[in-house]
Amino acid sequence: MGDVIRLTDKPIEPDALRQELFDPAAGAYAGFEGWIRNENEGLAVERLEYEAYVPLAISEGEKVIAEARARFPLLHAHCVHRTGMLEIGECAVWVGVSSAHREEAFQACRYIIDQVKVRLPIWKKEHYTDGNSGWVNCERCAEHAHPEAASL
Amino acid sequence: MSKSITVRYFAIFRERAGLDKETVSIDAETAADVFEQTKNRHGSSEPLGHCKVAINDVMADWSSVVDDGDTVLLFPPVAGG
Repeated sequence: MGDVIRLTDKPIEPDALRQELFDPAAGAYAGFEGWIRNENEGLAVERLEYEAYVPLAISEGEKVIAEARARFPLLHAHCVHRTGMLEIGECAVWVGVSSAHREEAFQACRYIIDQVKVRLPIWKKEHYTDGNSGWVNCERCAEHAHPEAASL
Repeated sequence: MSKSITVRYFAIFRERAGLDKETVSIDAETAADVFEQTKNRHGSSEPLGHCKVAINDVMADWSSVVDDGDTVLLFPPVAGG
């Protein structure tokens, strides 16, 4: 079994990653892939550049996974996030969980991606088709985080 | 009392500052003081609540006390995923 949270500058391969979650006791697997799309707030995006402060992205990510495991009866939970320059359609983040039943798999997967987006020191710079670029400000993402996690 | 603080800038803060870290001698009691007193570098007008801070590689609060020799990491609003 790999580390629960990883950052990589190589392409994410969900099919290979989900195999790490197989477990004889698992009746459910839920996965989430975040992809690079070609538009944000009306601007045509050509590619996206991710920067992470790895030591704290790892430690904060480990906390998120531990919280998910404390909240939901999981067998395994992993998350992999990309760094570097990504093209349209590439996978930027993958979350996978396995559990006995589907309900906790769905919930834990949602919890992990929501928290990862608002807590890990990761930033993205959009490069637009017109040659301009800009850092994405993720204030809106906080609205999607689970309210009860705010006090953790 | 003046303290020697190493400040690290990330993402848009680093681009605005034109450097990724520097050691400054400032009269700062808390992490928030460090943020305020380096504003001419990171240029942020964001509310503090939108940004994050770490001290010596541990996530901290803006009210956390900084000591002489500490490294303070200033994080602009995060945007993973």
